[in-house]
Amino acid sequence: MRKKSFIEGFAAVPHIVWLFLFVVLPLVFVVYFAFTGADGSFSFSNIANLSRYGHIFVLSICFALIATVLCLLIGYPLAYFMSRLKPKTQKMLVVLLMLPMWISLLIRTYSLMAILDNGGLLNSLLESLGITRVHIVGTPGAVILGMVYDFLPYMVLPIYTSLSKLDIRYYEAANDLGASNAKTLFKVAIPLSLPGVISGITMVFVPSISTFYISQKLGGGLFDLIGDTIEREFQNKSTYNIGAAISLVMMILILISVAIMNRFSEGDDSEGGIIV
Amino acid sequence: MKKIISLALLMLIVCALVLTSCGSAEEEEDYGDAITLYVYNWGEYISDGYDDSIDVNAAFEEYCRDVLHKNVRVNYSTYSSNEDLYAKVSSGVVPTYDVIIPSDYMAARMIAEDMLEPINPTKNIENYENIDETFRGMYYDPDEMYTVPYTCGTIGVIYNSSIVDEEDIGSWDLLWNDKYTGNIIQFNNPRDAFGVAQFLLGFNVNSENEDEWRAALEKLIEQKPILQCYAMDEVFNKMKGSSAAIAPYYAGDYFTMYEDNEDLSFYHPEEGTNIFVDVMCVPKNAGHKDLAMEYINFMLSEEIAIANAEYICYASPNKLVRENEEYIEYMTEEVHEDAMEILYGVFDDEDYIDKMQYYYALPDKTLALMNDLWEDLKLQSNISTAIYVICIVIVAALVALFVCRFVIKKRRKSYFEKYKSE
Amino acid sequence: MKVLSRIYIPLIFILLYLPIIIVILFSFNDAGSMSHFEGFSLTWYAELFEDETALAALGNSLYLAVVSSVIATAIGTFAAYGIYKMRTRWLSGAIRSVTNIPMMNPDIVTGVSMMLLFVAAVSIPFLPITFGRLTMVIAHTTFSLPYVILSVLPRFQQMDKFQTEAALDLGCTPAKAFFKVELPTVLPGIVSGLMLGFTLSLDDFVISHFVSSPDFQTLPLYIYNQTAHQVKYSMYALCALMVFVILILLFAVNFAGTLGKNKKAKHA
Repeated sequence: MRKKSFIEGFAAVPHIVWLFLFVVLPLVFVVYFAFTGADGSFSFSNIANLSRYGHIFVLSICFALIATVLCLLIGYPLAYFMSRLKPKTQKMLVVLLMLPMWISLLIRTYSLMAILDNGGLLNSLLESLGITRVHIVGTPGAVILGMVYDFLPYMVLPIYTSLSKLDIRYYEAANDLGASNAKTLFKVAIPLSLPGVISGITMVFVPSISTFYISQKLGGGLFDLIGDTIEREFQNKSTYNIGAAISLVMMILILISVAIMNRFSEGDDSEGGIIV
Repeated sequence: MKKIISLALLMLIVCALVLTSCGSAEEEEDYGDAITLYVYNWGEYISDGYDDSIDVNAAFEEYCRDVLHKNVRVNYSTYSSNEDLYAKVSSGVVPTYDVIIPSDYMAARMIAEDMLEPINPTKNIENYENIDETFRGMYYDPDEMYTVPYTCGTIGVIYNSSIVDEEDIGSWDLLWNDKYTGNIIQFNNPRDAFGVAQFLLGFNVNSENEDEWRAALEKLIEQKPILQCYAMDEVFNKMKGSSAAIAPYYAGDYFTMYEDNEDLSFYHPEEGTNIFVDVMCVPKNAGHKDLAMEYINFMLSEEIAIANAEYICYASPNKLVRENEEYIEYMTEEVHEDAMEILYGVFDDEDYIDKMQYYYALPDKTLALMNDLWEDLKLQSNISTAIYVICIVIVAALVALFVCRFVIKKRRKSYFEKYKSE
Repeated sequence: MKVLSRIYIPLIFILLYLPIIIVILFSFNDAGSMSHFEGFSLTWYAELFEDETALAALGNSLYLAVVSSVIATAIGTFAAYGIYKMRTRWLSGAIRSVTNIPMMNPDIVTGVSMMLLFVAAVSIPFLPITFGRLTMVIAHTTFSLPYVILSVLPRFQQMDKFQTEAALDLGCTPAKAFFKVELPTVLPGIVSGLMLGFTLSLDDFVISHFVSSPDFQTLPLYIYNQTAHQVKYSMYALCALMVFVILILLFAVNFAGTLGKNKKAKHA
């Protein structure tokens, strides 16, 4: 083997330095602040105080769970149908699907709120039709609706990518062997697309559990989730510490969930995936 | 082909960048480098040229060019609570602000913590003589060294008369009336929210009695389930679009909302309410103190003070404004027929004056208590158990799914074992 | 099944696009309200172009997006190359894991952690760091990096090694081989990484919220400020414009690729 040239050896160095300064170091600071009291001394008080926020964690997880399941139920069929279309149509639909992803979350969430608000478009239409107003904004349902609306494309895209890579002969084989369309879906498509499903779940669950804009606008600030709490703690210097502690716990929680989900994805690969 | 398009896009972006920076470079004249004056004020609190009004900041820049022969750019940013202002100024984040406009109690706190520059307006600011005696030597600045009054106001209840029945109004308890569930807004800052509860319960808003604060918290917790949201400036859009029916807010802001929605009415609750004065000050760490004082002086001049008073619709502590006939005519005809009464009437009603309370700066212990209780309020979630039930169902379904697959896999394995052995 | 497919797909897409379309439609609303439509007018767009704060935010957003995506692409491309050539397995694996952290972490944690870093940095007297332009560039570059490497590294890995070796045999120095052979092969990945970083930077709100200062507003921060106060109706015009621009960008990037392929097929 020849010796490494200069460029090969040092190409990654700027990146490593950048990573250390701006990825690793900030996280170190989070840990530092989490374990420090207001006066700068080492203390466990922040961690001890976390019990006060226990139910907020549970609430956030619940909201995120429901939103993820809804995204999955709505998104999987969409991805499946899309993957069975002609390639040209597929490509156009993919671009149409990506557009909302590239539009800022703020715009999408605020537009949804403006329409669903008590004095917004939906209610004006209902009133002109003689139906009473619906009170949506300020309810937990609105927050979940917001999460599903904002994150649906993130669920559909990985599943679609996974499904579109499937050899179409799998479906044909299943049909030849006598499986109905529904059975093909459940016994062939779903197991083979599991990696995409896991990816989609991760991409919806993580932002759902940490959002604050959606719960602020669509929930009216009445259901503070973890994201709202962290954002509030970081508005005042005196509460940075507890904010850091909450962030740390949330980060660990997410890491564990993602690790568990990846475990399932790997487990299936090794077995081939089709249930006989 | 892809390369060409990407290159073209890049060039388009570069052009756009150049164009945006071009526009702003025009105004540099020969008065030297532009000095940037950083003004930090409440939102919607200055005549900004919207809707044919005078753009006060632009007028000041012109004044600096023509009269002071200086090239000045006003960098104007806003905050929505005194606590936000305090956090920003005390953190010393650069660039530091030159003019800030805190409320009376926050100014008192900043003076106590030596954060304000003693500008001595009686000596250094010409137009200070225009300020009405009622607003001089107030509790927060008895020696008149640090502050110059900007506006004066009261909090009251704004309600939509087409949704709210007349018999329900008059007191603070309208905000707790569950007939209007989902239509009520509450202040999104601790001082004002607790204040509302304290007035309702007949407490002193500056009390240091922990039990009283806890009682106020109980009231607020009682209120949370019937609210539509916690809001500050979002109130404007909500009331204008009739999305909400009841909101506690400032008298001056009521007029702004009334402009867009004539169904809205206003009253001062019978238990009493908060009265406040917003004052202009110069932080100790300001970069341009002399220019800051020029700005304050400019704001007190007759034309500008009237423009601001007409735009913001708050009561002005400036004598020249209250006595100006055109202003009175404008307020009565263009804004609201009872405008002068709503804004200035309280100062003439001796009984009600006693019921109004200023927010004083709270001692640290009470401040910490208030913030702690506010945190408790925010952490209250009145989620119906439905959400939790749905989640338990989901988790149970997932567990069942995995158990099934595990069982199926085990069975498959045993089948294969059977085949092997045969 | 086909019938279901024919109904379901359009239905979901329409629901997905409905709020966006409504906002675009109502940005032309003469009445300036989201509850009833009164007539077609461009007043809000005119107002937008006179709004200095909005234009400043636009300029800042563009500047930030270009600068941060260029820096991220530069660092990231060389990093991908370095990782690809790395012989110590554990090191390349470790770097890739750490690189993915900003991508896996929720935005709020990345934002908060960077804010704490900068708060500490600001307190060091001789360091010229202030919240604002500099911190924003650093933050945006940081979260774009993993996406750049994710776009470029696979291209390196799928590259034909024999071309490089041929170049070396023919007398190129390793550096020349890199610039003449390897870099052009990876160029599509670099371009897509650049575009990705650009868009992420334009759209980012959460991280910017924690890391910026009042005098350096980007478009999402401007919109956030508007929605927290009395919304100027011209904000909806701004949103509509942003949608149009992104639509054009998206179609250009995606369909330029197909046009290129058709041309090549013709020549082949």
